Amino acid sequence: MAGNTLELKRISASAAPPPGIRDTPVLAKYIDTTTCIGCKACEVACQQWNDLPPETTVQIGTYQTMPDTTANFWNLIRFSEFEDAGGFHWFMRKDQCMHCGDPGCLKACPAPGAIVQYVNGIVDFQQDQCIGCGYCMAGCPFNIPKLSSKTKTVYKCTMCVDRVAVGLEPACIKACPTGCLQFGTKEQLLEVAAKRVDQLRESGFREAGVYDPPGVGGTSVVTVLAHADQPELYGLPSNPSIPLAVSFWKAPLKWLGNIAMIGGIVATAIHYLKYGAKHAHGKDS
Amino acid sequence: MILRYTFKERIVHWVAAFAYVYLLLTGLAFYTPKLYWLAVVLGGGTTSREWHPWAGLVFVAATVLMYVMWASDMRITEGDRAWGRAIGHYVRNEDKHLPPVGRYNAGQKYLFWLMFLGGVLLLISGVAMWFTSSIPWSLRWLRHWAVLVHVSAALATIGGFIIHVYMGTAVVRGGFTSIVRGEVSEEWARTHHPLWKR
Ligand code: HEM
Ligand code: SF4
Ligand code: SF4
Repeated sequence: MAGNTLELKRISASAAPPPGIRDTPVLAKYIDTTTCIGCKACEVACQQWNDLPPETTVQIGTYQTMPDTTANFWNLIRFSEFEDAGGFHWFMRKDQCMHCGDPGCLKACPAPGAIVQYVNGIVDFQQDQCIGCGYCMAGCPFNIPKLSSKTKTVYKCTMCVDRVAVGLEPACIKACPTGCLQFGTKEQLLEVAAKRVDQLRESGFREAGVYDPPGVGGTSVVTVLAHADQPELYGLPSNPSIPLAVSFWKAPLKWLGNIAMIGGIVATAIHYLKYGAKHAHGKDS
Repeated sequence: MILRYTFKERIVHWVAAFAYVYLLLTGLAFYTPKLYWLAVVLGGGTTSREWHPWAGLVFVAATVLMYVMWASDMRITEGDRAWGRAIGHYVRNEDKHLPPVGRYNAGQKYLFWLMFLGGVLLLISGVAMWFTSSIPWSLRWLRHWAVLVHVSAALATIGGFIIHVYMGTAVVRGGFTSIVRGEVSEEWARTHHPLWKR
Protein backbone atom coordinates (compact mmCIF):
# COMPACT_ATOMS: atom_id res chain seq x y z
CA MET A 1 0.00 0.00 0.00
CA ALA A 2 2.64 2.48 0.95
CA GLY A 3 4.34 2.22 -2.42
CA ASN A 4 1.36 3.90 -3.98
CA THR A 5 1.86 7.24 -2.29
CA LEU A 6 2.35 9.04 -5.57
CA GLU A 7 -1.34 8.53 -6.29
CA LEU A 8 -2.81 12.02 -5.92
CA LYS A 9 -6.20 12.76 -4.49
CA ARG A 10 -6.14 16.57 -4.41
CA ILE A 11 -3.88 19.15 -6.08
CA SER A 12 -3.91 22.82 -5.08
CA ALA A 13 -5.15 25.38 -7.62
CA SER A 14 -5.53 22.83 -10.35
CA ALA A 15 -8.38 22.42 -12.79
CA ALA A 16 -7.13 19.02 -13.97
CA PRO A 17 -8.55 16.01 -12.15
CA PRO A 18 -6.03 14.42 -9.79
CA PRO A 19 -4.77 11.18 -11.31
CA GLY A 20 -5.17 8.93 -8.28
CA ILE A 21 -7.24 5.97 -9.38
CA ARG A 22 -6.20 3.15 -7.05
CA ASP A 23 -8.22 2.58 -3.96
CA THR A 24 -5.60 2.59 -1.21
CA PRO A 25 -6.38 2.79 2.48
CA VAL A 26 -5.95 6.06 4.35
CA LEU A 27 -2.89 5.92 6.60
CA ALA A 28 -2.64 7.62 9.95
CA LYS A 29 -0.54 8.28 13.00
CA TYR A 30 -1.90 7.28 16.37
CA ILE A 31 -1.02 9.55 19.27
CA ASP A 32 -1.97 8.47 22.76
CA THR A 33 -1.50 11.57 24.93
CA THR A 34 -2.13 9.46 28.03
CA THR A 35 0.97 7.30 27.63
CA CYS A 36 3.30 9.97 26.23
CA ILE A 37 6.12 10.61 28.71
CA GLY A 38 7.35 13.78 27.06
CA CYS A 39 10.78 12.39 26.22
CA LYS A 40 10.93 14.23 22.88
CA ALA A 41 12.54 11.33 21.03
CA CYS A 42 10.09 12.07 18.21
CA GLU A 43 11.31 15.67 18.00
CA VAL A 44 14.88 14.50 17.60
CA ALA A 45 13.98 11.77 15.11
CA CYS A 46 12.07 14.28 12.99
CA GLN A 47 14.99 16.72 12.95
CA GLN A 48 17.41 13.94 12.12
CA TRP A 49 15.49 12.12 9.40
CA ASN A 50 14.51 15.34 7.64
CA ASP A 51 18.02 16.80 7.96
CA LEU A 52 16.56 19.97 9.45
CA PRO A 53 19.00 22.60 10.68
CA PRO A 54 19.17 22.93 14.46
CA GLU A 55 16.65 25.38 15.85
CA THR A 56 17.46 27.32 19.01
CA THR A 57 15.33 26.27 21.95
CA VAL A 58 13.24 28.91 23.67
CA GLN A 59 12.48 28.63 27.36
CA ILE A 60 8.81 29.41 27.99
CA GLY A 61 8.65 28.20 31.57
CA THR A 62 7.72 24.59 30.82
CA TYR A 63 9.53 21.59 29.40
CA GLN A 64 8.40 22.58 25.92
CA THR A 65 11.26 23.00 23.46
CA MET A 66 9.91 26.24 21.94
CA PRO A 67 6.60 28.12 21.78
CA ASP A 68 5.57 26.82 18.37
CA THR A 69 6.59 24.64 15.46
CA THR A 70 8.74 26.48 12.93
CA ALA A 71 9.80 26.06 9.31
CA ASN A 72 12.77 24.05 10.64
CA PHE A 73 10.98 22.28 13.48
CA TRP A 74 7.89 20.31 12.50
CA ASN A 75 7.24 18.10 15.51
CA LEU A 76 6.72 19.69 18.91
CA ILE A 77 5.67 18.14 22.19
CA ARG A 78 3.32 20.64 23.82
CA PHE A 79 3.29 20.66 27.61
CA SER A 80 0.32 22.12 29.44
CA GLU A 81 -0.85 22.19 33.03
CA PHE A 82 -4.34 22.28 34.39
CA GLU A 83 -5.95 21.95 37.78
CA ASP A 84 -9.49 20.91 38.64
CA ALA A 85 -11.35 19.23 41.48
CA GLY A 86 -9.61 15.98 40.58
CA GLY A 87 -6.22 17.54 41.22
CA PHE A 88 -3.30 18.65 39.09
CA HIS A 89 -2.97 17.44 35.51
CA TRP A 90 -0.04 17.59 33.21
CA PHE A 91 -0.55 17.03 29.51
CA MET A 92 1.88 16.28 26.75
CA ARG A 93 0.72 16.26 23.18
CA LYS A 94 2.73 15.72 20.05
CA ASP A 95 1.85 18.62 17.76
CA GLN A 96 2.41 18.52 14.01
CA CYS A 97 0.41 18.71 10.80
CA MET A 98 -2.88 16.87 11.28
CA HIS A 99 -3.06 15.78 7.61
CA CYS A 100 -6.69 16.86 7.37
CA GLY A 101 -9.14 14.95 5.19
CA ASP A 102 -10.30 18.31 3.80
CA PRO A 103 -7.16 20.43 4.15
CA GLY A 104 -7.72 24.17 4.50
CA CYS A 105 -4.13 24.86 3.46
CA LEU A 106 -4.71 23.16 0.10
CA LYS A 107 -8.01 24.91 -0.45
CA ALA A 108 -6.42 28.33 0.08
CA CYS A 109 -3.29 27.76 -1.99
CA PRO A 110 -3.18 29.66 -5.33
CA ALA A 111 -0.15 27.86 -6.81
CA PRO A 112 -0.92 24.77 -8.89
CA GLY A 113 0.62 21.71 -7.30
CA ALA A 114 2.24 23.50 -4.35
CA ILE A 115 0.12 21.41 -1.97
CA VAL A 116 -1.00 17.90 -2.77
CA GLN A 117 -2.94 15.28 -0.91
CA TYR A 118 -2.08 11.69 -1.72
CA VAL A 119 -4.75 9.03 -1.87
CA ASN A 120 -3.26 7.62 1.34
CA GLY A 121 -4.23 10.84 3.13
CA ILE A 122 -0.82 12.49 3.46
CA VAL A 123 -0.89 16.23 2.79
CA ASP A 124 2.44 17.38 1.39
CA PHE A 125 3.90 20.74 0.36
CA GLN A 126 5.97 20.91 -2.82
CA GLN A 127 8.34 23.77 -2.13
CA ASP A 128 9.47 24.02 -5.76
CA GLN A 129 5.93 25.08 -6.74
CA CYS A 130 5.29 27.24 -3.67
CA ILE A 131 5.31 31.01 -4.26
CA GLY A 132 5.41 31.91 -0.58
CA CYS A 133 2.15 33.86 -0.52
CA GLY A 134 1.16 32.54 2.90
CA TYR A 135 -2.47 31.80 2.00
CA CYS A 136 -2.07 28.32 3.53
CA MET A 137 -1.35 30.06 6.83
CA ALA A 138 -4.78 31.62 6.62
CA GLY A 139 -6.46 28.38 5.54
CA CYS A 140 -5.02 26.00 8.15
CA PRO A 141 -7.10 25.73 11.34
CA PHE A 142 -4.13 24.32 13.29
CA ASN A 143 -1.41 26.96 12.75
CA ILE A 144 0.89 24.48 11.06
CA PRO A 145 2.42 25.85 7.81
CA LYS A 146 5.45 28.05 8.54
CA LEU A 147 7.26 30.35 6.13
CA SER A 148 11.02 29.89 5.96
CA SER A 149 12.81 33.23 5.93
CA LYS A 150 15.65 31.52 4.10
CA THR A 151 13.74 30.08 1.12
CA LYS A 152 10.52 32.17 1.28
CA THR A 153 8.54 28.95 0.96
CA VAL A 154 6.45 27.05 3.45
CA TYR A 155 7.30 23.88 5.38
CA LYS A 156 5.58 21.44 7.68
CA CYS A 157 5.47 17.75 8.65
CA THR A 158 5.41 15.50 5.57
CA MET A 159 4.43 12.41 7.57
CA CYS A 160 7.80 11.23 6.26
CA VAL A 161 6.25 10.62 2.86
CA ASP A 162 9.68 9.56 1.61
CA ARG A 163 9.81 6.78 4.21
CA VAL A 164 6.17 5.82 3.87
CA ALA A 165 6.57 5.54 0.09
CA VAL A 166 9.08 2.75 0.57
CA GLY A 167 7.13 0.95 3.25
CA LEU A 168 8.71 2.45 6.37
CA GLU A 169 6.91 4.12 9.26
CA PRO A 170 7.48 7.85 9.92
CA ALA A 171 10.66 8.62 11.90
CA CYS A 172 8.78 9.93 14.95
CA ILE A 173 6.86 6.66 15.27
CA LYS A 174 10.04 4.63 14.91
CA ALA A 175 11.68 6.56 17.76
CA CYS A 176 8.85 6.46 20.29
CA PRO A 177 9.90 4.30 23.28
CA THR A 178 6.48 3.87 24.90
CA GLY A 179 4.37 2.88 21.92
CA CYS A 180 2.16 5.90 22.43
CA LEU A 181 2.84 6.57 18.75
CA GLN A 182 1.75 4.01 16.19
CA PHE A 183 1.41 3.95 12.44
CA GLY A 184 -1.06 2.08 10.26
CA THR A 185 -4.30 2.43 8.38
CA LYS A 186 -6.68 4.90 9.90
CA GLU A 187 -9.29 2.18 10.23
CA GLN A 188 -7.00 -0.02 12.34
CA LEU A 189 -5.86 2.87 14.47
CA LEU A 190 -9.40 4.02 15.19
CA GLU A 191 -10.01 0.52 16.61
CA VAL A 192 -6.86 0.74 18.72
CA ALA A 193 -7.99 4.17 19.90
CA ALA A 194 -11.49 2.94 20.77
CA LYS A 195 -10.01 0.17 22.94
CA ARG A 196 -7.75 2.62 24.70
CA VAL A 197 -10.65 4.98 25.33
CA ASP A 198 -12.62 2.13 26.91
CA GLN A 199 -9.70 1.38 29.21
CA LEU A 200 -9.41 5.03 30.19
CA ARG A 201 -13.12 5.30 30.93
CA GLU A 202 -12.91 2.21 33.12
CA SER A 203 -10.05 3.77 35.05
CA GLY A 204 -12.11 6.84 35.78
CA PHE A 205 -11.52 9.21 32.87
CA ARG A 206 -15.16 9.46 31.96
CA GLU A 207 -14.56 12.12 29.31
CA ALA A 208 -11.85 10.17 27.49
CA GLY A 209 -12.25 10.08 23.72
CA VAL A 210 -10.71 10.25 20.26
CA TYR A 211 -9.92 13.52 18.52
CA ASP A 212 -10.76 13.13 14.83
CA PRO A 213 -12.65 16.36 14.09
CA PRO A 214 -15.31 16.02 11.37
CA GLY A 215 -15.16 19.75 10.54
CA VAL A 216 -11.93 19.20 8.59
CA GLY A 217 -12.99 15.86 7.14
CA GLY A 218 -11.30 13.95 9.94
CA THR A 219 -7.54 13.90 10.34
CA SER A 220 -4.86 11.35 9.56
CA VAL A 221 -3.70 11.85 13.11
CA VAL A 222 -5.80 9.85 15.55
CA THR A 223 -5.37 11.41 18.99
CA VAL A 224 -6.51 9.85 22.25
CA LEU A 225 -7.35 12.43 24.92
CA ALA A 226 -8.23 11.77 28.55
CA HIS A 227 -10.37 14.91 28.52
CA ALA A 228 -11.79 14.79 25.01
CA ASP A 229 -14.57 17.16 26.08
CA GLN A 230 -11.95 19.92 26.44
CA PRO A 231 -9.43 19.56 23.62
CA GLU A 232 -8.35 23.18 24.25
CA LEU A 233 -6.50 21.91 27.32
CA TYR A 234 -4.15 20.20 24.90
CA GLY A 235 -3.91 23.18 22.58
CA LEU A 236 -6.38 21.70 20.10
CA PRO A 237 -9.37 23.65 18.75
CA SER A 238 -12.61 22.02 19.89
CA ASN A 239 -14.42 22.28 16.57
CA PRO A 240 -11.93 23.08 13.83
CA SER A 241 -13.08 23.83 10.32
CA ILE A 242 -11.76 25.75 7.36
CA PRO A 243 -12.24 29.43 8.32
CA LEU A 244 -15.54 30.76 7.01
CA ALA A 245 -13.88 33.76 5.36
CA VAL A 246 -11.57 31.39 3.46
CA SER A 247 -14.41 29.14 2.29
CA PHE A 248 -16.40 32.18 1.22
CA TRP A 249 -13.42 33.65 -0.64
CA LYS A 250 -12.64 30.43 -2.49
CA ALA A 251 -16.17 29.64 -3.65
CA PRO A 252 -19.10 32.11 -3.68
CA LEU A 253 -16.94 35.23 -3.88
CA LYS A 254 -14.88 33.79 -6.69
CA TRP A 255 -17.97 32.90 -8.72
CA LEU A 256 -19.62 36.24 -8.05
CA GLY A 257 -16.43 37.99 -9.08
CA ASN A 258 -16.05 35.98 -12.27
CA ILE A 259 -19.64 36.65 -13.26
CA ALA A 260 -19.29 40.36 -12.47
CA MET A 261 -16.04 40.74 -14.43
CA ILE A 262 -17.24 38.84 -17.49
CA GLY A 263 -20.64 40.55 -17.20
CA GLY A 264 -18.96 43.97 -17.10
CA ILE A 265 -16.98 43.32 -20.26
CA VAL A 266 -20.01 41.91 -22.09
CA ALA A 267 -22.14 44.87 -20.93
CA THR A 268 -19.68 47.41 -22.34
CA ALA A 269 -19.58 45.56 -25.65
CA ILE A 270 -23.39 45.53 -25.86
CA HIS A 271 -23.51 49.18 -24.87
CA TYR A 272 -21.13 50.10 -27.65
CA LEU A 273 -23.08 48.15 -30.24
CA LYS A 274 -26.31 49.79 -29.14
CA TYR A 275 -25.27 53.40 -28.40
CA GLY A 276 -21.76 53.87 -29.74
CA ALA A 277 -19.55 56.88 -29.07
CA LYS A 278 -20.30 60.37 -27.83
CA HIS A 279 -19.05 62.93 -30.32
CA ALA A 280 -18.17 66.51 -29.67
CA HIS A 281 -20.45 69.01 -31.42
CA GLY A 282 -18.83 70.70 -34.33
CA LYS A 283 -15.83 68.61 -35.10
CA ASP A 284 -14.47 65.37 -33.71
CA SER A 285 -11.42 65.91 -31.62
CA MET B 1 -6.73 73.71 -28.05
CA ILE B 2 -7.22 73.80 -24.29
CA LEU B 3 -4.90 72.22 -21.71
CA ARG B 4 -6.86 69.63 -19.76
CA TYR B 5 -4.07 67.67 -18.04
CA THR B 6 -0.70 69.09 -17.07
CA PHE B 7 2.43 67.04 -17.62
CA LYS B 8 2.51 66.16 -13.93
CA GLU B 9 -1.12 65.03 -13.96
CA ARG B 10 -0.47 62.82 -16.97
CA ILE B 11 2.63 61.22 -15.42
CA VAL B 12 0.79 60.46 -12.20
CA HIS B 13 -2.17 59.02 -14.10
CA TRP B 14 0.01 56.68 -16.13
CA VAL B 15 2.09 55.54 -13.19
CA ALA B 16 -1.15 54.60 -11.45
CA ALA B 17 -2.49 52.97 -14.61
CA PHE B 18 0.53 50.79 -15.32
CA ALA B 19 0.87 49.82 -11.68
CA TYR B 20 -2.84 48.98 -11.58
CA VAL B 21 -2.74 46.83 -14.69
CA TYR B 22 0.24 44.92 -13.32
CA LEU B 23 -1.60 44.47 -10.01
CA LEU B 24 -4.70 43.36 -11.87
CA LEU B 25 -2.90 40.74 -13.94
CA THR B 26 -0.80 39.30 -11.13
CA GLY B 27 -3.71 39.52 -8.69
CA LEU B 28 -6.02 37.65 -11.05
CA ALA B 29 -3.34 34.97 -11.43
CA PHE B 30 -3.58 34.26 -7.69
CA TYR B 31 -7.33 34.71 -7.70
CA THR B 32 -8.12 31.84 -9.99
CA PRO B 33 -6.05 28.86 -11.15
CA LYS B 34 -7.52 29.35 -14.63
CA LEU B 35 -5.53 32.59 -14.92
CA TYR B 36 -2.37 31.39 -13.17
CA TRP B 37 -0.69 31.46 -16.59
CA LEU B 38 -0.68 35.25 -16.28
CA ALA B 39 1.81 34.92 -13.42
CA VAL B 40 3.86 32.51 -15.51
CA VAL B 41 3.98 34.97 -18.43
CA LEU B 42 4.92 37.80 -16.06
CA GLY B 43 8.02 36.04 -14.80
CA GLY B 44 6.68 33.18 -12.69
CA GLY B 45 4.59 32.81 -9.57
CA THR B 46 7.36 33.69 -7.15
CA THR B 47 8.28 36.84 -9.06
CA SER B 48 4.67 37.93 -9.28
CA ARG B 49 4.14 37.32 -5.60
CA GLU B 50 7.29 39.27 -4.82
CA TRP B 51 6.49 42.29 -6.99
CA HIS B 52 2.72 42.60 -6.58
CA PRO B 53 2.89 44.28 -3.17
CA TRP B 54 5.61 46.69 -4.30
CA ALA B 55 3.54 47.66 -7.34
CA GLY B 56 0.72 48.15 -4.84
CA LEU B 57 2.78 50.72 -2.97
CA VAL B 58 3.47 52.55 -6.26
CA PHE B 59 -0.24 52.50 -7.08
CA VAL B 60 -1.17 53.87 -3.67
CA ALA B 61 1.51 56.58 -3.88
CA ALA B 62 0.14 57.70 -7.26
CA THR B 63 -3.40 57.60 -5.88
CA VAL B 64 -2.39 59.84 -3.00
CA LEU B 65 -0.87 62.33 -5.47
CA MET B 66 -4.11 62.24 -7.45
CA TYR B 67 -5.94 63.02 -4.26
CA VAL B 68 -3.71 66.02 -3.69
CA MET B 69 -4.16 67.21 -7.28
CA TRP B 70 -7.82 66.47 -7.83
CA ALA B 71 -9.70 66.09 -4.55
CA SER B 72 -11.09 69.64 -4.77
CA ASP B 73 -12.34 69.01 -8.32
CA MET B 74 -13.91 65.76 -7.20
CA ARG B 75 -16.18 67.12 -4.47
CA ILE B 76 -19.71 65.83 -4.99
CA THR B 77 -22.16 68.73 -5.39
CA GLU B 78 -25.94 69.05 -5.54
CA GLY B 79 -25.58 69.28 -9.34
CA ASP B 80 -23.77 65.95 -9.36
CA ARG B 81 -26.64 64.32 -7.52
CA ALA B 82 -29.06 65.65 -10.13
CA TRP B 83 -26.74 64.33 -12.83
CA GLY B 84 -26.59 60.98 -11.07
CA ARG B 85 -30.39 60.77 -11.05
CA ALA B 86 -30.44 61.47 -14.78
CA ILE B 87 -27.63 59.01 -15.56
CA GLY B 88 -29.93 56.99 -17.83
CA HIS B 89 -29.68 59.80 -20.37
CA TYR B 90 -25.90 59.65 -20.19
CA VAL B 91 -25.94 55.91 -20.79
CA ARG B 92 -28.20 56.36 -23.81
CA ASN B 93 -26.03 59.19 -25.18
CA GLU B 94 -28.85 61.74 -24.71
CA ASP B 95 -26.47 64.22 -23.13
CA LYS B 96 -28.60 67.26 -23.93
CA HIS B 97 -31.07 66.19 -21.23
CA LEU B 98 -28.35 66.25 -18.55
CA PRO B 99 -27.48 69.11 -16.21
CA PRO B 100 -24.27 70.74 -17.52
CA VAL B 101 -21.08 69.57 -15.79
CA GLY B 102 -17.76 71.16 -14.93
CA ARG B 103 -14.30 69.59 -15.11
CA TYR B 104 -15.68 66.21 -14.10
CA ASN B 105 -19.11 64.67 -14.29
CA ALA B 106 -20.56 62.72 -11.38
CA GLY B 107 -19.58 59.40 -12.94
CA GLN B 108 -15.95 60.43 -13.10
CA LYS B 109 -16.07 61.71 -9.55
CA TYR B 110 -17.58 58.53 -8.20
CA LEU B 111 -14.94 56.53 -10.06
CA PHE B 112 -12.23 58.63 -8.42
CA TRP B 113 -13.63 57.99 -4.96
CA LEU B 114 -14.12 54.30 -5.68
CA MET B 115 -10.47 53.93 -6.70
CA PHE B 116 -9.28 56.04 -3.78
CA LEU B 117 -11.25 54.17 -1.10
CA GLY B 118 -10.53 50.87 -2.85
CA GLY B 119 -6.84 51.74 -2.80
CA VAL B 120 -6.93 52.42 0.94
CA LEU B 121 -8.67 49.10 1.65
CA LEU B 122 -6.33 47.24 -0.70
CA LEU B 123 -3.34 48.77 1.01
CA ILE B 124 -4.45 47.86 4.52
CA SER B 125 -5.51 44.32 3.62
CA GLY B 126 -2.57 43.88 1.23
CA VAL B 127 -0.02 44.75 3.90
CA ALA B 128 -1.63 42.20 6.21
CA MET B 129 -1.32 39.58 3.45
CA TRP B 130 2.24 40.61 2.72
CA PHE B 131 3.24 39.77 6.28
CA THR B 132 0.80 36.96 7.12
CA SER B 133 3.41 35.06 9.05
CA SER B 134 3.95 38.05 11.35
CA ILE B 135 0.29 38.12 12.36
CA PRO B 136 0.13 36.23 15.65
CA TRP B 137 -2.11 33.19 15.81
CA SER B 138 -4.31 34.85 18.41
CA LEU B 139 -5.19 37.49 15.78
CA ARG B 140 -5.74 34.94 13.02
CA TRP B 141 -9.09 36.49 12.11
CA LEU B 142 -6.94 39.24 10.55
CA ARG B 143 -5.34 36.67 8.26
CA HIS B 144 -8.79 35.45 7.23
CA TRP B 145 -10.40 38.85 6.76
CA ALA B 146 -7.46 40.37 4.93
CA VAL B 147 -7.96 38.12 1.90
CA LEU B 148 -11.70 38.65 1.90
CA VAL B 149 -11.37 42.43 2.05
CA HIS B 150 -8.58 42.45 -0.51
CA VAL B 151 -10.51 40.41 -3.06
CA SER B 152 -13.76 42.34 -2.51
CA ALA B 153 -12.04 45.72 -2.84
CA ALA B 154 -10.11 44.51 -5.89
CA LEU B 155 -13.35 43.35 -7.55
CA ALA B 156 -15.03 46.71 -6.83
CA THR B 157 -12.14 48.62 -8.39
CA ILE B 158 -12.08 46.23 -11.36
CA GLY B 159 -15.73 47.11 -12.05
CA GLY B 160 -14.82 50.80 -12.01
CA PHE B 161 -11.72 50.13 -14.10
CA ILE B 162 -13.68 48.37 -16.87
CA ILE B 163 -16.14 51.26 -17.14
CA HIS B 164 -13.35 53.84 -16.92
CA VAL B 165 -11.29 52.34 -19.73
CA TYR B 166 -14.36 51.79 -21.89
CA MET B 167 -15.64 55.36 -21.43
CA GLY B 168 -12.22 56.91 -21.82
CA THR B 169 -11.28 55.15 -25.01
CA ALA B 170 -14.41 54.00 -26.86
CA VAL B 171 -17.24 56.29 -25.81
CA VAL B 172 -15.89 59.77 -25.08
CA ARG B 173 -13.68 60.21 -28.11
CA GLY B 174 -10.85 62.58 -27.39
CA GLY B 175 -10.66 61.59 -23.75
CA PHE B 176 -7.77 59.23 -24.32
CA THR B 177 -5.79 61.83 -26.28
CA SER B 178 -6.36 64.31 -23.48
CA ILE B 179 -4.68 62.09 -20.86
CA VAL B 180 -1.82 61.28 -23.28
CA ARG B 181 -1.09 64.64 -24.90
CA GLY B 182 -2.89 66.81 -22.36
CA GLU B 183 -5.01 68.86 -24.76
CA VAL B 184 -8.63 68.91 -25.89
CA SER B 185 -10.44 70.94 -28.53
CA GLU B 186 -12.78 73.77 -27.58
CA GLU B 187 -15.69 71.84 -29.06
CA TRP B 188 -14.79 68.87 -26.88
CA ALA B 189 -14.72 70.97 -23.75
CA ARG B 190 -17.98 72.72 -24.61
CA THR B 191 -19.73 69.41 -25.36
CA HIS B 192 -18.57 67.26 -22.48
CA HIS B 193 -17.68 69.75 -19.75
CA PRO B 194 -19.55 72.99 -20.53
CA LEU B 195 -19.06 74.59 -17.11
CA TRP B 196 -15.31 73.91 -17.04
CA LYS B 197 -13.08 76.85 -18.17
CA ARG B 198 -15.93 79.15 -18.85
C1 HEM C 1 -2.37 48.71 -2.43
C2 HEM C 1 -1.39 47.94 -2.24
C3 HEM C 1 -1.47 46.45 -2.45
C4 HEM C 1 -0.79 45.54 -1.70
C5 HEM C 1 0.21 45.84 -0.57
C6 HEM C 1 -1.18 44.24 -2.18
C7 HEM C 1 -0.72 43.04 -1.66
C8 HEM C 1 -1.17 41.80 -2.03
C9 HEM C 1 -0.63 40.56 -1.54
C10 HEM C 1 0.51 40.46 -0.52
C11 HEM C 1 -1.29 39.56 -2.16
C12 HEM C 1 -1.04 38.07 -1.96
C13 HEM C 1 -0.27 37.57 -3.16
C14 HEM C 1 1.08 38.19 -3.20
O1 HEM C 1 1.77 38.14 -2.20
O2 HEM C 1 1.45 38.76 -4.25
C15 HEM C 1 -2.29 40.13 -3.03
C16 HEM C 1 -3.19 39.43 -3.80
C17 HEM C 1 -4.10 40.02 -4.68
N1 HEM C 1 -4.17 41.36 -5.01
FE1 HEM C 1 -3.13 42.84 -4.10
N2 HEM C 1 -2.07 44.36 -3.21
C18 HEM C 1 -2.27 45.71 -3.42
C19 HEM C 1 -3.08 46.29 -4.40
C20 HEM C 1 -3.90 45.59 -5.27
C21 HEM C 1 -4.72 46.20 -6.30
C22 HEM C 1 -4.81 47.69 -6.63
C23 HEM C 1 -5.42 45.22 -6.90
C24 HEM C 1 -6.41 45.45 -8.01
C25 HEM C 1 -6.55 44.72 -9.03
C26 HEM C 1 -5.03 43.96 -6.26
C27 HEM C 1 -5.53 42.70 -6.56
C28 HEM C 1 -5.19 41.53 -5.94
C29 HEM C 1 -5.82 40.26 -6.21
C30 HEM C 1 -6.99 40.00 -7.16
C31 HEM C 1 -5.13 39.32 -5.42
C32 HEM C 1 -5.40 37.83 -5.36
C33 HEM C 1 -6.45 37.49 -4.36
C34 HEM C 1 -6.74 36.02 -4.41
O3 HEM C 1 -5.79 35.24 -4.33
O4 HEM C 1 -7.92 35.65 -4.54
N3 HEM C 1 -4.09 44.22 -5.26
N4 HEM C 1 -2.19 41.51 -2.94
S1 SF4 D 1 2.73 29.80 0.66
FE1 SF4 D 1 3.12 28.18 -0.88
S2 SF4 D 1 2.01 26.38 -0.14
FE2 SF4 D 1 1.25 28.16 1.03
S3 SF4 D 1 -0.58 28.82 -0.12
FE3 SF4 D 1 1.14 30.03 -0.92
S4 SF4 D 1 1.92 28.85 -2.67
FE4 SF4 D 1 0.59 27.47 -1.50
S1 SF4 E 1 -3.17 20.67 9.74
FE1 SF4 E 1 -3.03 22.54 8.49
S2 SF4 E 1 -1.25 22.17 7.21
FE2 SF4 E 1 -1.86 20.15 8.00
S3 SF4 E 1 -3.27 19.33 6.42
FE3 SF4 E 1 -4.55 20.37 7.96
S4 SF4 E 1 -4.81 22.43 7.07
FE4 SF4 E 1 -3.04 21.53 6.01
